[in-house]
Amino acid sequence: MGKLERIAAQQDRAAGRGLSRRGFLSAAVGSAFLFGFAREGRAAQVYPLGSPLPPPAFEPNIWCSVAPDGTINVNIIRAEMGQHIGTALAQIIADEMEADWDKVKITYVDTDPKWGLMITGASWSVWLTWDLFRQTGAAARTVLVEEGARLLGVPAAHCHARKGIVTDGTRSISFGDIVAKARPARSFTPEQLKALPLKPASERRVIGKQVKSLDIPPKTTGAAIYGIDAKIDGMVYGRPKMPPTRYGSKVISVDDTEAKKVRGYIRYIVLDDPSDTVPGWVVVLASSYPAAIKATDLLKVEWTPGKTAHVTEKDILDRGREQIAHRDGGTMIFDDKGVDDVFKGAHRVVEKEYTCASVMHYQLEPMNAVAQLKDGIWEIHCGNQWQTLFLPVIAKALGEPESKVKMMSYLLGGGFGRRLNGDYAVPAALASKAIGGKPVKLILTRSDDMMFDSIRSPSVQVVRAALNEQNAIVGFQHHASAGWPTEVMAAAFMEKGVDGKPYDQFAIAGADSWYDFGPMRVRALSNDLAKETFRPGWLRSVSAGWTPWAQECFIDEVAHEIGKDPVAFRLEMLNGNGPEGRNKGKAPDSAGGALRQAAVLKRVAEKAGWGKPLPKDTALGVATTFGQERAMPTWTAGIVRVHVDRKTGVVTCEKIWLVLDAGTIVDPDGALAQTEGGALWGLSMALCESSEIVDGTCKDRNLDTYTPLRMPDVPEMDIEFVESTEKPMGLGEPGVTTIGAAIGNAVFDAVGIRLRHMPIRPADVLAALKEKGDA
Amino acid sequence: MIKFKLNGRDVSLDVPEDTPLLWAIRDDLGLTGTKFGCGVGQCGACTVHVGGRATRSCITPVSAVEGADVVTIEGLDPNGEHVLQVAWRDIQVPQCGYCQSGQIMQAASLLKDYPDPTDEDIDGVMGGSLCRCMTYIRIRKAIKQAAAAMKSAENGGEHSHG
Repeated sequence: MGKLERIAAQQDRAAGRGLSRRGFLSAAVGSAFLFGFAREGRAAQVYPLGSPLPPPAFEPNIWCSVAPDGTINVNIIRAEMGQHIGTALAQIIADEMEADWDKVKITYVDTDPKWGLMITGASWSVWLTWDLFRQTGAAARTVLVEEGARLLGVPAAHCHARKGIVTDGTRSISFGDIVAKARPARSFTPEQLKALPLKPASERRVIGKQVKSLDIPPKTTGAAIYGIDAKIDGMVYGRPKMPPTRYGSKVISVDDTEAKKVRGYIRYIVLDDPSDTVPGWVVVLASSYPAAIKATDLLKVEWTPGKTAHVTEKDILDRGREQIAHRDGGTMIFDDKGVDDVFKGAHRVVEKEYTCASVMHYQLEPMNAVAQLKDGIWEIHCGNQWQTLFLPVIAKALGEPESKVKMMSYLLGGGFGRRLNGDYAVPAALASKAIGGKPVKLILTRSDDMMFDSIRSPSVQVVRAALNEQNAIVGFQHHASAGWPTEVMAAAFMEKGVDGKPYDQFAIAGADSWYDFGPMRVRALSNDLAKETFRPGWLRSVSAGWTPWAQECFIDEVAHEIGKDPVAFRLEMLNGNGPEGRNKGKAPDSAGGALRQAAVLKRVAEKAGWGKPLPKDTALGVATTFGQERAMPTWTAGIVRVHVDRKTGVVTCEKIWLVLDAGTIVDPDGALAQTEGGALWGLSMALCESSEIVDGTCKDRNLDTYTPLRMPDVPEMDIEFVESTEKPMGLGEPGVTTIGAAIGNAVFDAVGIRLRHMPIRPADVLAALKEKGDA
Repeated sequence: MIKFKLNGRDVSLDVPEDTPLLWAIRDDLGLTGTKFGCGVGQCGACTVHVGGRATRSCITPVSAVEGADVVTIEGLDPNGEHVLQVAWRDIQVPQCGYCQSGQIMQAASLLKDYPDPTDEDIDGVMGGSLCRCMTYIRIRKAIKQAAAAMKSAENGGEHSHG
């Protein structure tokens, strides 16, 4: 069982459901919103809806159904936040079922224990669902062929299904007619599902095909409904008055004399939060949101701030340095036998330190939720990425059992990991509770949202290599300190290191690379000052957004120091060898191992014309990764071409080349879109955006000072996927992972300065040029 | 009472004069295609047309549109078939989609001023519209495709959208 399946199983066990009950319960589908057919430009989204398909539909299991009119519904438990995940997952079922894609629709469901683990993150969705949805499709096809053959009066063995029709070559009958006439009701146990034969890759007709994403049409007409669009009769609007620190602030006094003058002001509520998610919060209620904004501005609240009120970004980085300098502490992810000996006996040791700044999510839809008590159930209306994680937190805040809380799914105006953390639902629920369960729509203004963000923690990393006399790396160490999101929000799901200690796999992944470095030590440290000051968040690609900044810049530095070509040097070490045979890879997830990473690196170098001369102050930079996680590698190689302006210090990225091997590509256009967006996130975090902790919170409150990449900054892009029939991995985040280090390496090649802090700002470039005497 | 035209319909509202047009449209008039992003006019998610010009509705008080023609994404084309909407679907531009109403409204304004926009025109006009999913490559492509479709329609081509 892979890491992530273990997490799913753990969570199922924690919730008292076994794997055996997942996937085959036949139950009426709850209320949900849905999209119409791919053809409909203005597919209506009405919320909430009743049962999406009229009975008697055929449901081989809870995941899909076929209606008498031939409509196929696929239930989607993943959050739709731009990855078109519903489309990709429906493609998997439709392909195996031999369905007519034009008759497929998707339903995004609300929380219900029957769905099992509801999480959308870490680029897991396709990878997690691949087997189950193929088996589900096969189950539907098996029944439809059997029943179709019976209706046609021919042996099932003479029939096959294709594009929603069962035929023996002469006569045929549609899926819809089969359901209408035969009313099949057979369902499958998980064991029966697993035993069904699946189609060979050569027979795939919907997987890998260009289709139109089912969620796109309403996003072009204003019809798409996001959490912030939820509307409930009689609801009032809320806005928080943000306390000075994320934790530990205590309300001393509240004065609403001025707020009362605002037309529409209702009252303020000092939240009493048993879950301690939003300590020190005061929520203002009003009859309109503009009134809530104004009244909150005018409300005077005095707090005793928490103890982190004066913490700075530098304090956090210094704390990380201190932790790394200590031999003890942290968790060992790799601690190979002999690592200390090779360092002792090394001909030469190279050591460098790398840092990365705080980064904010700035998902475009500010955090919001509507909460109400209806028929004894607390309804939370919002977009969310990890419903299973936050239902218990909301329940605790409300003092209710989890069974009394339900999350209703909406589109997400951006996730990027922010909505894995459902903290924003708690104040909406508490505000509603304070007024007897009446509906409250709580919206954070942008400045509230940024103050409340669970940011990507600033990080410090120290990387060391032991070199022998032939200048080969014979030992390697990678130490990283940062705030650990999983420790703070989902501690039960942390992995255990080789030393048996828990660690946040999402705060070190990427350092545990596939290079043949000889014995390795990879150590992850939880930055306690970061954890006390803010709530560390998962942000697109999580640690794989910053561990390659250290490791891939470092390898480049070593290559230059020993006079080797950075691509050739990497290829030498991506040879499949390494301690315990771990770089050979293991089917199905990492079949081929490091050699697949070598292949994408070779290919991208070829495409980008690596080694060819370029104009002055212009250079290529390279980096390679395995996506996010060793357990689910998306083999990725990136090259960027940058130009450095020595006068202004401005670094311009002119072109990005990416080659990725993610196994089977289910939805090619969705895969490309995710990679385009991911790469530009990588570029944005390398050159355009970062924040800084000042006085205990991020200094940025809006776009006046926080400056993500925009249209004019977009380089030319050339993205290629390796053709493969291996199991599909994820693509939501790998696009991010190589860009930062590739930029850093290109800047070095262009003008000879090595910058070890991300992002690279013009002032840093100018300062480094000056120091080098080249300005 | 403030009166104006919304997507061709006469509307009147009894709200404070300084109510941002954005919230009047979303909450009082019930059209939620126009989005709240930054609240300070710098992300473009709230873009609507006032008197045919792209306007940031989050920083426009409702009193400022008294008597004006206001058009939102829902009113850009009665069937959602504006040449840009067609191109947006064809190129598969939206990811999360939250900014796209604003992007399309801004692009519609761009095409009025620059029927055949260069990359620099697109950078200049669209640079104020943030897409956090970073769909910029496709936005640019779709704008150019829409411009070409408009041209071919003018030249008696078969495209009739818009």
